[in-house]
Amino acid sequence: MLSRTADSLYWLSRYIERADYIARVLEMANRLSSLPVAYGGSRNEWESAIVTAGCGPAFFEAYDEPTAKNVTEFLVESERNPASIRRCLETARTNARAVRTALTTEMWETINSAWIDLKTFRATALTSRDLPRFLSWVREVSLRVDGSGYRTMLRNDAYWFSRLGIYIERTNSTARLLDTKYHVLLPEHSPVGGGLDYVQWTAILGAVSAATAYHWVYKESLKPWLVADLLILREEMPRSLAACYANIVTNLDRLARAYGRTGESQRLARSIYTAFGNSRIEDIFRRGLHEYVGAMIGSNTAVGEAIERQYLA
Amino acid sequence: MAFDEMFTADGAVRPAYAKVAEWLDATTPEQLERRRAEAELLYQRGGITFAVYGDHEGEERIIPHDIVPRVLSSQEWSQLARGLEQRVRALNMFLGDIYGRQRALSAGVVPEDLIWRNPAFRPEMMGVRVPHDLYVHIAGIDVVRVDGDSFYVLEDNLRTPSGVSYMLGGREISIRLMLDLLNSHRVAPIENYPNELLETLCSLVPNRAYGDPTVVLLTPGQYNSAYYEHSFLADKMGVELVEGHDLFVRDEVVFMRTTEGPRRVDVIYRRIDDAFLDPLTFDPDSVLGVPGLYAAYTAGNVTLANAIGTGVADDKDMYSYVPDIIRFFLSEEPILKNVPTWRCREPKDLAYVLDHLPELVVKEVHGSGGYGMLVGPQASKAELEMFAARLGAHPENYIAQPTLALSTCPTFVDSGVAARHVDLRPFVLNGAKGIHTVPGGLTRVALRQGSLVVNSSQGGGTKDTWVIEC
Repeated sequence: MLSRTADSLYWLSRYIERADYIARVLEMANRLSSLPVAYGGSRNEWESAIVTAGCGPAFFEAYDEPTAKNVTEFLVESERNPASIRRCLETARTNARAVRTALTTEMWETINSAWIDLKTFRATALTSRDLPRFLSWVREVSLRVDGSGYRTMLRNDAYWFSRLGIYIERTNSTARLLDTKYHVLLPEHSPVGGGLDYVQWTAILGAVSAATAYHWVYKESLKPWLVADLLILREEMPRSLAACYANIVTNLDRLARAYGRTGESQRLARSIYTAFGNSRIEDIFRRGLHEYVGAMIGSNTAVGEAIERQYLA
Repeated sequence: MAFDEMFTADGAVRPAYAKVAEWLDATTPEQLERRRAEAELLYQRGGITFAVYGDHEGEERIIPHDIVPRVLSSQEWSQLARGLEQRVRALNMFLGDIYGRQRALSAGVVPEDLIWRNPAFRPEMMGVRVPHDLYVHIAGIDVVRVDGDSFYVLEDNLRTPSGVSYMLGGREISIRLMLDLLNSHRVAPIENYPNELLETLCSLVPNRAYGDPTVVLLTPGQYNSAYYEHSFLADKMGVELVEGHDLFVRDEVVFMRTTEGPRRVDVIYRRIDDAFLDPLTFDPDSVLGVPGLYAAYTAGNVTLANAIGTGVADDKDMYSYVPDIIRFFLSEEPILKNVPTWRCREPKDLAYVLDHLPELVVKEVHGSGGYGMLVGPQASKAELEMFAARLGAHPENYIAQPTLALSTCPTFVDSGVAARHVDLRPFVLNGAKGIHTVPGGLTRVALRQGSLVVNSSQGGGTKDTWVIEC
């Protein structure tokens, strides 16, 4: 297939996944900022949301204060933020339009309808009352795009590139979430009260749709290191770093088999994936969670760049 | 009085429209409105849009689709198709002659300066042999009807005619929304157009190519007004939709950049104008084209459809010579009529045109899309004066024709079902294995009452065209 087509499919998935993640970050910020300060609610929650969303510098170029209103506006619909939900959906649709021929009708119509519906959510309508409805709509869009791709696309390179986009982006999202929230996951973190920790941990789990999954996996009350374990090493948890890499390796291997050639991206991804299997959460904490997650973001970027060099350029 | 395709002058329904009339009688405006709205939704969701240049408001618009079909009997159609194919065969031979021995010029069939001064003439193509001697592979010939017996050709489109996706989209709408009416007829299918197009393109493969030919569709990109059509056709044919920078030329061979490395390209269905194809040979500022493409083409390593330089045979000035061109090359009488045309470049004609401006339609020789055109009977005094001045200054840029009373078809508009003027663009495919026209074509309808301008950029809509057995 055309390199440009592969590139558009890959980025189309990344932007949909990113919109979904930004919606999750906003939901988390709303939940946490509504708590009394003694329960871990802090005015910093909105600043933390900006950092978690990965657009700190861009935000402070556009605004002075990380207030709820400013942050919401910036993350939801700002023209100045290339990662705002609106821009993500628009960019995804532009990419989809550029590669319509590689998409199924169902996928195209899902993305195009989302783009049409987006216009009905005007900025002014994004009051705190409407915001939850909007955010759950965004998450529905990503479910629909994902589902329509899963159900209707041929299992060939087009599908594999679109899946790679999802998992590279998702690795980045989960890692960033861990990176900004690592302090509440540290075992030595001294709790102000059960309430604080519980709410923070639940918010993190909620952001990755894993609140119930946690109990299924561990069958015990919330422990911060287990939350970290779930998000990093547990392959059965679909948003964990290990699960993302299992998928990245699978899809890269399929490409390598179909094209009869293995390259740098396969080697890099495989070594990252193998490392998950050889790690225990205790070791990660010993090395430092923050450092570990930071290194993970770096390696993931390197895999993304290798994919671009190998296939998309 | 315009020819009404559904009713005779005394109000009786013509046989071809019997069932449509019955159906319209039995359908309430509310039901029609519901289907119209549904059709619009289908277009919107499908992103079946076009861009209007110079329109800042919406980058993409949908073309209004009128759900009431236009009906032609198969007898009417077969006569029309024969005429279209005759015309395309002759024009193709004419192009071979222009870029070859120029017998038509020496014989005085066409004045020489019409070629030399024509901006669409490509001197680079002189003496270049094109595969199978075919220049025009895809043609869209605009025809109009003025009475029960005859179609007039309005315009030949031999460059990169568009609209076929709307023809196919209209049929899709009929199948989804008008099945009751559709099924009460026997309507010739058109869904195989993409397949026939692919077959035509594959048949054009350069003689030196080996293995299965690789066909691609070259588009200027998603901001082009016809981008939807490009992606639609590439999709239906199962070929890659490429932009200029997806292709490159090495040793006079064209390759596309793929995830598996370079892949050789044999046939390019290009939807980019000549001038932008290759910055090394044509417009050096073009970023849409492929450097070296012209060299690969003339080396016979790749086929371009249509060939470079076909525009010289389809402008409005050349139009008036086409009947003579048919006689000269085919020794046949033209089956389809030409609209009588005054060539303003000839002083006698110019004088007549200036005297009769309010009755005539004046067109720019190199214009298209309904821009730069004067419809005399509907023009204001100021517009008439402005055109008279333009004609005086540059008569050679204009031709004039009588205002044709385009035929009308029943059309669903705000006020209910009313007669509106229509034209028709059938698509002729001309490959190495023969020439064929898909039954029907794109019917364009002027939605405003009394309007004769059917262009989509000027408020025109589309209709599905049914060729029926009756």
